[in-house]
Amino acid sequence: MELQSIRSHFPILHQEVNGAPLIYFDNAATTQKPIEVIEALDKYYRTDNANIHRAAHSLASRSTEYFEQTRKTLADFIGAPEAETCIFTKGVTESINLVAQAWGRKFIQAGDEILVSTMEHHSNIVPWQLLCEEKSATLKVIPMSDSGELDMDAFYQLLGPKTKLVACVWVSNALGTINPVKEIIEAAHKQGALVLLDGAQALSHFEVNVQEMDCDFLTISSHKLYGPTGVGALYGKRHLLEAMNPYQAGGEMIKEVRFEKTTFNEIPYKFEAGTPNIGDVIAFKAALDFVTKTGKSLIADHEDRLLSHLLEGLKKEEFHKVKLIGTASKKVSVQSFLIEGKHHFDIGMMLDARGVAVRTGHHCTQPLMHRLGIDGTVRVSFAMYNTIEEIDQFLHVLKRICAR
Amino acid sequence: MKSINEVQDEIIDNFSLFEGDMESKLFYLMDLGKKLPAMPEAHKGDDYLVKGCQSKVWLFPTLELGQVNFEADSNTEITKGLISLLISVWNGRTPEEILNSELYFIEKIGMGSMIGSQRSNGFASMIRQMKMYALAYQQK
Repeated sequence: MELQSIRSHFPILHQEVNGAPLIYFDNAATTQKPIEVIEALDKYYRTDNANIHRAAHSLASRSTEYFEQTRKTLADFIGAPEAETCIFTKGVTESINLVAQAWGRKFIQAGDEILVSTMEHHSNIVPWQLLCEEKSATLKVIPMSDSGELDMDAFYQLLGPKTKLVACVWVSNALGTINPVKEIIEAAHKQGALVLLDGAQALSHFEVNVQEMDCDFLTISSHKLYGPTGVGALYGKRHLLEAMNPYQAGGEMIKEVRFEKTTFNEIPYKFEAGTPNIGDVIAFKAALDFVTKTGKSLIADHEDRLLSHLLEGLKKEEFHKVKLIGTASKKVSVQSFLIEGKHHFDIGMMLDARGVAVRTGHHCTQPLMHRLGIDGTVRVSFAMYNTIEEIDQFLHVLKRICAR
Repeated sequence: MKSINEVQDEIIDNFSLFEGDMESKLFYLMDLGKKLPAMPEAHKGDDYLVKGCQSKVWLFPTLELGQVNFEADSNTEITKGLISLLISVWNGRTPEEILNSELYFIEKIGMGSMIGSQRSNGFASMIRQMKMYALAYQQK
């Protein structure tokens, strides 16, 4: 697919906000959806809606088939060995909580250690804090440099025989840093620790292969990958998923229920109690297909160009009050910044007044903000449909804000 | 003295000049914020901090001769501009007047998003807090 024609697939982009053409630079919060996704959702409710699994009628077998097709497509998308290792959840937060509850409560014991990094999203901190509290285990934090790169020497110091899990973000949502997760995984495995990668911000930007990476768990978000909200997934190695306790209990996750004893279903169904978000899961496949058809390498090259163009533009004298937050050497197309003497909230409001959508605040990474000694940033984050012209317009508006 | 609603109507009238021009509206608000009397640092303690997710607001109330007066400040310029409007509407009023009033100017000047979500800024919490103070004074 030609990058020039990509924008025509995203109906939402063709509108004005406060009298100016919308410039959507809040893609790390959620990406917009191509028409293929919107139509898949529409088609599902118009023609296929039925509860999945265990039914004799045609609609149910159709919706079951489509639902399971998404699982296969997702497995291919992340290089998983088999579809059953992908469990549908409502998002990354639930995926992490699932591991904390179903794996953590069974296998973490008093005195064990869990490592996270300074740049984790709250969703990859709080579930582990609760688990550590319950189990009298210890949460340890991998420090980072001022530029937003993990201190790997410190990581090796922290990693030890007590470490049972490293839960680390692949790409920082606030800074855009791509962490050296391959190295982290190899080192952790040598110590016998498992690694959970938070893939929320990674999958839309570059090729991901869980087998090559050898991660034990990967969390996946649909809505940050051009798919519907309310859907995510957890990838886990088969033997780990099979050894884990059930997560939520109810329908679908059982094999046999007797009042004396209940036995549980196979993976992935063991972890999918209740009627899932069928329509959105089915539409998620359209998003995965769209990204694959566009081509990850084409997307990555384009987004790199966008980030370089932004950084080049911000070097100009008129932006001397702009302070970049997050300047790691390996980054995706995300840039946080502040303007001297201005509050990030005001900057965000003023950008919106000229049609530019950005995110402001702590980005659910308060410990990271604390480490940087700030209480928030303005963050621009690009997706495949953003253009050089949009960045030029953004810089034009930002120049007015700086000059005020 | 003008009534609360007369002051609100005046504000709405002033802002009608910026209809369809959000940027000018924000710049005007920020200019208003700059004119807000400085709040003594001593009154900016944690007890008087109304916390929002993004912006901080400090609010210090006094009651004199039956009238409520608020000193307020914020670390964001736009919120500060809105505070100055709010103070022009409510300062010098009795607790009853404040409690019985209905604030409609914020929506009418197109800044409804500032009170839509408590998470996004301290402004919505500040309005609630001001009414709480008025209620406390009324019951004194």
